[in-house]
Amino acid sequence: MKITVKLFAGFRDNRFKMAEQDYPEATTVGDILSSLNIERPELGVALINGRHVLPEHVMVDGQTLSLFPKVGGG
Amino acid sequence: MDKIFRVNLSDLTCKVEEVPAEYATLGGRALTSTIVAAEVPPTCHPLGPNNKLVFAPGMLSGTAAANSGRMSAGAKSPLTGTIKESNAGGTTAQQFAKMGIKAMIIEGMPKDDKWLRLHVTMDGVTFEDASDLVGKQNFDVIDAMNEKFDKKIGVMTIGRPGEERLLSANISVKDPDQKIRSHGRGGLGAVMGSKKIKCITVDATGAGKVEIKDTEKFRAAAKVFAKGMLDHPVTGEGLPTYGTNVLINILNEAGGLPTKNFKYGQCEHHDKVSGETMHDTIAGRPNGHTKHGCHAGCIIQCSQVYVDDKGEYITSGFEYETVWGLGINCLIEDLDDCARIDNAMDNIGIDSIEGAVLIAVAMEAGVIPWGDGKETLRVMNEEIGKCTPLGRILGNGTGSVGAAYGLTRVPVVKNQGIPAYDPRSVKGIGITYATTTMGADHTAGYTIATNILKVGGFVDPLTKEGQVELSRNLQIATTAVDSTGMCIFVAFPALDIPEVLPALVDMIAARFGVEMSVDDFVGMGAKILKMEKAFNTAAGFTAEDDRLPEFFELEPIPPHNAVWDFSPAEIDEVWNF
Repeated sequence: MKITVKLFAGFRDNRFKMAEQDYPEATTVGDILSSLNIERPELGVALINGRHVLPEHVMVDGQTLSLFPKVGGG
Repeated sequence: MDKIFRVNLSDLTCKVEEVPAEYATLGGRALTSTIVAAEVPPTCHPLGPNNKLVFAPGMLSGTAAANSGRMSAGAKSPLTGTIKESNAGGTTAQQFAKMGIKAMIIEGMPKDDKWLRLHVTMDGVTFEDASDLVGKQNFDVIDAMNEKFDKKIGVMTIGRPGEERLLSANISVKDPDQKIRSHGRGGLGAVMGSKKIKCITVDATGAGKVEIKDTEKFRAAAKVFAKGMLDHPVTGEGLPTYGTNVLINILNEAGGLPTKNFKYGQCEHHDKVSGETMHDTIAGRPNGHTKHGCHAGCIIQCSQVYVDDKGEYITSGFEYETVWGLGINCLIEDLDDCARIDNAMDNIGIDSIEGAVLIAVAMEAGVIPWGDGKETLRVMNEEIGKCTPLGRILGNGTGSVGAAYGLTRVPVVKNQGIPAYDPRSVKGIGITYATTTMGADHTAGYTIATNILKVGGFVDPLTKEGQVELSRNLQIATTAVDSTGMCIFVAFPALDIPEVLPALVDMIAARFGVEMSVDDFVGMGAKILKMEKAFNTAAGFTAEDDRLPEFFELEPIPPHNAVWDFSPAEIDEVWNF
């Protein structure tokens, strides 16, 4: 299935900003992190349609996943 | 021995007073709010003779504790009518602390129309003629003082809007690089202007070291504390690399980025002004610095020096809230334009949050075309900066613009502009905006950490559950942290790394030679917060003032189509402690 992955902040280093990628059915957010060589503790926030999701979340064809390392400000 | 300088403008005297025992372990917000609550009649006119302007360095300012160099300024706010504390970096907190000045209380009103410069030394305060500085904006005042003294002189100054008592006027503080940090919120520059003080210079000649009662305990705790700052990914990596503006993209993705005067929750051109773009822009230009501290001893370095493509300085301390306000909420897509407007606000001396929020309302009113950065810059310099009739309407804040043009989408609480996080789609921050003693202020209880960033756990930003408790706990903790002289960003590691908060409290205990537990520290925060609340109640505020503007209930915000849906009784639960 096709998943659009958007990366932010330091996750973009040596990777990409946005890419449409092919993943097998029942791929989870965690699987996508592994495919990008991002360790779980590096993950700050994962969002789909503006909602926070956990690494166990199972992706659906056509979804966009936004991944952020731990960041803050304010 | 610490002392209090009491500066009386009515008879032009400065008394050097002993520190009362009950103030001995206080500092920062705890001390300014305690003094304002004790000495300022809550119903007084904020620009009248009964208001007082109080400066106090934090409990740990001037020590070797990392990130402790912030100064609190307090008074009754002319913008909100509430008690106000606004803290800033720069050089004066460390100067005051090392000079043994626990607080400086400025009271009364000069009898004649003469503008003054207060000159602070170890011996007290003298009253100097400032007529040569009147009408100058802040960078010219700083240049003039550097020339008159030298670059070591501490400077706190107001621009023309402060002189003219516009309610968005701030107090600007010289930073270690001769640029500006600000006591931004609440119009404290207008209070300084009402007292005819154009500028305060601080000559720290003769200052010693801040006394530490238990140096060994202090050193051990300071080490643990600094390690926590450097180990946490937010303070150790994210903030130094991208600055606070890293939040543009995450708020956009979460649908909580107020766009076009709070009409939408996402913005199409977000990446043009994002932290990632800003980092690459600065890094790709000569003389740009992506890291910069607002005070000596900062190990986070979230600030930056933003330059143009030729390497000429445009601005520094270019924060998320300002970039959001101009780049997203006003739709000004050119980051260089936003930077120039930020610098103009530093120069004329207005709060860059209030300044950006009010411009969006002025755009809604048709005063400035949407997205027009050049015209916004002109309005800052030529209208607000010169206090023209239009400049006064704008410079008196977001509420003033909304009232003058008959608008209803006017994002204020207690007449203070609402910053960069939409309360409909990030509900915890709405509770903070509504209830904080300060008027709409995100820093007063920064639920974004837990609602959006997953720091200190996670509370779903779109549901009501858990928001009141989250906001209450953060408001109490923030009141305590605002008293230490610490940058509020120490809260990120403190929320996630168990050793950090006890180390902070141990440093305070060691500094003053007292026993203090984490519970004592947080209890102090709760006590001060209730004291501030009592001041506001005595000034005439009721629960009905702890509400968001009606449009948040009436206008769903895309993409989540969320509305503000807390009942008054639910909001009021914040104060149940």
